[in-house]
Amino acid sequence: MSVQSPISSVNDFVVRFANVNGSGSASANELFARSILRHGVPVSPRNIFPSNIQGLPTWYEVRVTEDGHLGARGGVDMMVAMNPQTWDKDVASIEPGGYLFYDSTKPMPTSKFREDITVIGVPLTAITNSTYTDPRQRQLFKNIIYLGALCALLDLDPKLVEQLIGEQYKGKEKLLSSNVHALHLGRDWALQNLKCPIGLRVKKSDKVGDRIFVEGNSAAALGAVYGGATVCAWYPITPSSSVAEAFTSHCKKYRHDPETGKAKYAIVQGEDELASIGIVIGASWNGARAFTATSGPGISLMTEFIGLSYFAEIPAVIMNIQRAGPSTGMPTRTQQCDVIACAYASHGDTKHVLLFPEDPAEAFEFAAASFDLAERLQTTIFLMLDLDIGMNHRLCRPLKWDDAKQYDRGKVMTAEMLEEGRDFGRYLDVDGDGIPYRTYPGTHPTKGSYFTRGTSRDRYARYSEEGAVYADNMQRLVRKFETAQDMVPRPLQANAAKPTKYGVLYFGSTSPAMDEAIGILEARGHQLDRMRIRAFPFHSSVASFIADHDFVYVVEQNRDAQLRQLIVNENGIDPVRLVPILHYDGTPITARFIASAIGDHQDHLKVTPLRKAVT
Amino acid sequence: MTYIAKPKFHHPGLKKNELGYTHRDYEGKISTLCAGCGHDSITASIIEACYELSIEPHRVAKISGIGCSSKTPDYFLGNSHGFNSVHGRMPSVLTGANLANRDLIYLGVSGDGDSASIGFGQFAHSIRRAVNMTYIVENNGVYGLTKGQFSATADRGSKSKKGVTNTDNAIDLVAIALQLGATFVARSFSGDKTQLVPLIAAAIRHKGASFIDVISPCIAFNNHAGSTKSFDYVREHNDAVNRLDVLVGREPISVDYAPGTVQLVEQHDGTRLALRKLDADYDPHDRLGAMTFLQKHAAKGQIVTGLLYVDPDAEDLHTHLDTVETPLNTLDEQALCPGSAVLDKINASLR
Repeated sequence: MSVQSPISSVNDFVVRFANVNGSGSASANELFARSILRHGVPVSPRNIFPSNIQGLPTWYEVRVTEDGHLGARGGVDMMVAMNPQTWDKDVASIEPGGYLFYDSTKPMPTSKFREDITVIGVPLTAITNSTYTDPRQRQLFKNIIYLGALCALLDLDPKLVEQLIGEQYKGKEKLLSSNVHALHLGRDWALQNLKCPIGLRVKKSDKVGDRIFVEGNSAAALGAVYGGATVCAWYPITPSSSVAEAFTSHCKKYRHDPETGKAKYAIVQGEDELASIGIVIGASWNGARAFTATSGPGISLMTEFIGLSYFAEIPAVIMNIQRAGPSTGMPTRTQQCDVIACAYASHGDTKHVLLFPEDPAEAFEFAAASFDLAERLQTTIFLMLDLDIGMNHRLCRPLKWDDAKQYDRGKVMTAEMLEEGRDFGRYLDVDGDGIPYRTYPGTHPTKGSYFTRGTSRDRYARYSEEGAVYADNMQRLVRKFETAQDMVPRPLQANAAKPTKYGVLYFGSTSPAMDEAIGILEARGHQLDRMRIRAFPFHSSVASFIADHDFVYVVEQNRDAQLRQLIVNENGIDPVRLVPILHYDGTPITARFIASAIGDHQDHLKVTPLRKAVT
Repeated sequence: MTYIAKPKFHHPGLKKNELGYTHRDYEGKISTLCAGCGHDSITASIIEACYELSIEPHRVAKISGIGCSSKTPDYFLGNSHGFNSVHGRMPSVLTGANLANRDLIYLGVSGDGDSASIGFGQFAHSIRRAVNMTYIVENNGVYGLTKGQFSATADRGSKSKKGVTNTDNAIDLVAIALQLGATFVARSFSGDKTQLVPLIAAAIRHKGASFIDVISPCIAFNNHAGSTKSFDYVREHNDAVNRLDVLVGREPISVDYAPGTVQLVEQHDGTRLALRKLDADYDPHDRLGAMTFLQKHAAKGQIVTGLLYVDPDAEDLHTHLDTVETPLNTLDEQALCPGSAVLDKINASLR
């Protein structure tokens, strides 16, 4: 075996923390990620956690990336192995030449290590136990002590870490000083006993800029606050619960009447997802902006109501934080697997608007916009996040709001309009865009009332089982969906440096991995035009993009190529022209995966002429 | 029968209420239910109660689920918005509507299949949450629209029209509502309008979760010998504990009551309920007593009716959520959007 030299890299490596969940490691690990950001170096952290509260393995991965590649990279350069349960697998996952950081209090047999990695032992338990007596303190400060040791090993500026601790424990002096003390315990031990720094190093840079570091679920919830949502009904389900929880805490801060202290919002934790969507439909029918947040199993339960929303034309916003299905699937793993389920949710002929944000910044924007769309189109709008965007901190551009913006409340006939003698037909297409007017309950004593029902009715909301009347309504709903096409966020296209016959379509959380993969592919000599789809119904530019290329890859995070199916189905595209690139093991898609899958396919296309091969 | 347009004209001498509306202003479309259906009597009672309370007809939101009973909101209060929603899901839709605008009156109409079977959970949770509503179950013990299957309120031992005996235990929605903290609980009989109309009126004026179970025989599928929800059976077994008069406004009580026979209850909004006691021992302020009373009488095969429980100081969901007095659906950007300056601060806290 050749001697493997240790990996040497500045501001470009992956550190993975292997912990036991419930051990309080999460805040120390997040502190680590934030400290690197304070050095001006972008990071992309990810939680890899079990569906469990205490005792099972959990990992936190930090990709340090001067170049700003925010997708998962794959591979581990340094493993902070704090969990004996997963030791063997953790050690095996380290890249050749990588580093293993472990608690050396108890000696380990040499068979437990690898020869091609650098092993760094710090007696964490010994240091902790000699300093602290309280068992809980021991556990929590052990995390800060390893953070201190990493500071020395990776050459982090301790002042920046202290500053962060100071912000975190502002006003809690005792906690502040004890955390700083623990940090230095670890750092000093490492400086005195180990060769610091190692080959992996953090060097101050200026690549973070004014970007913010936020979880998609929290940003989406803030979007709902800015978008004017007043009613939120939800049922706890991973990975969406933190949307409603964040909405609650944002509302507590920003939505209380300054004079009376009363709430300008109503949040109900429903008894199930049926009740949650029922409350949303009831509130929206009555003119409030309402939403729910859920995940796959919740969507399944809501489908009857979603059909009602489509057919009776009642606005609703559903944030779907996707996780791996079917059934209970992998509740704590990421996928983009509800595209078809949401696009066609419910019985009968239904179609729904889907929005695909790429990161928290877009989650904020699209969440706010979804209320305008829902009221304008009088139907359900799905905001399709996934666990990767929703539950991880992601570096993204700052959130923006235009104070001149007014909510689009859609076509609502007021008492004044009714008084003027305007003809009110609840399902009457007055403007040719398929969108009728509605009235809020309680508008006028004698005009504008109607009976909302999921059964068929005529243009004036009168019950009817006439075939022609039913078909007329269904046709109008198609027109409305066509109208939606030009209202939803357009796809974004970026062309390769040189003209190419090949393109790639992708959406949502695949975005950073895709951007990075393009660079890798270019280096391999493959030029690709790319288009990021941001909504369904698809804008006409999607069909033209496909028409402009010989082949188009469709990159997505599910088994059945759901976006591709939807494109084929809705645009009548020859399936042969769309090559599926599928990643669905529950981990976030990586640039390495995309580049290798597309690269291999491209290499196969490069047929060597026969004559050349012979000679 | 919907193809027959209901004539709009009416007798010029028709009585008007305080707001100047006649009975006709509270009516809806012509019922499409079977002739003689108990539900139509309930519809008539709702119309009567709203007329007598001088409610502005458009300030009511009528919400229902699916089934014969849930079709009825089309047959009353034609100037109100109605929502015939999803089977068993009226309570959640009503809850949402109520959250959006606390100023309207919410009338939930449901059936026994809708509320005791498919929607049992939603029934229970809307009561638990103290949604300010009048929740009426038109209870006939049978699925009418699908032609005569038992529902969950069918008594054990009751016979279906086809001769099948029900072996499952019945759900008593009144008992459940009491247990879950409903602050106005009543049971009545569609064949007894004089009892039902004031109960509906009092329930509408009650601030909190009001629940009325109305036994309403199904003329087509559950009105035969052997059924415990037939007109004859309910008449024979009806045990009314009180009779109610609803007094709105401050004028002195003009009705003559014999001393000791009337209990006066004043609700939050000033409505006074005069309860003429039929059972001297019955106390409608005693939740536990009511539950025991019901069980004892049910064991004897009696159907207890009347105002069974009322808490005049009830709270509702809006009180619990501490929401603003202004209906949420009228709040605009100014009231709801924190604006860009706040967003800049949020951004700064995320770096």
